Amino acid sequence: MMEVTTTSIDAEALKKSLANAAAGGFCSFEGWVRNLNEGRDVERLEYEAYEPLVVSEGQRVLDEARRKFPFLEARCVHRTGLLEIGDLAVWVGVASAHRDEAFKACRYIIDELKVRLPIWKKEHYVDGDSDWVNCERCAEHGGH
Amino acid sequence: MKTITVRYFAMFREHAGLGEETLVLNAATAKDVFEQTRLRHGSSEPNGHCKVAINDAMADWTSPISDGDTVLLFPPVAGG
Repeated sequence: MMEVTTTSIDAEALKKSLANAAAGGFCSFEGWVRNLNEGRDVERLEYEAYEPLVVSEGQRVLDEARRKFPFLEARCVHRTGLLEIGDLAVWVGVASAHRDEAFKACRYIIDELKVRLPIWKKEHYVDGDSDWVNCERCAEHGGH
Repeated sequence: MKTITVRYFAMFREHAGLGEETLVLNAATAKDVFEQTRLRHGSSEPNGHCKVAINDAMADWTSPISDGDTVLLFPPVAGG
């Protein structure tokens, strides 16, 4: 399930929601707001998403991950709005029978999310300036 | 000529100064809509890093445009 939320993400509650008696492993990824990007001091981030397509395209990514790395449960939540340093911006969790599928599916989901889903990030800098982040161009220079 | 509703997001919305407009365009493909609105609003972003959706379905730049379509122009994405 792919979701978008405007409120803080409760990672523990999400993890519990993936409980499955057949699962022998669980893997999660948390994307946090950091205070530095490309040499500039960041004060806060602003995320914007086009929710209808984040949900539908995100579900497509989860379905692809399940076909490639068969898992039992997976869930992804992305937050939008103004976020402060240290806030949780995105959470991906995967439960599977064995650890390999959980690790690989989790990695696949976050990697695809970053380049495919209509989500945008504006950095607000300590010096008062702000700018939209272009992760696809960043990827051409070694990735994030 | 086709009547097209164009929706702008993130930096495109800021460049255009609006989130949506309805235009009468001589456009065959999504790329045509992108180029004509880019000229209209003076954006320098090439389409190579951008994405497009038509009527809430992800599309390609070569996707055909029909009269009455809503075209969503997405600047480079940056989730996560």
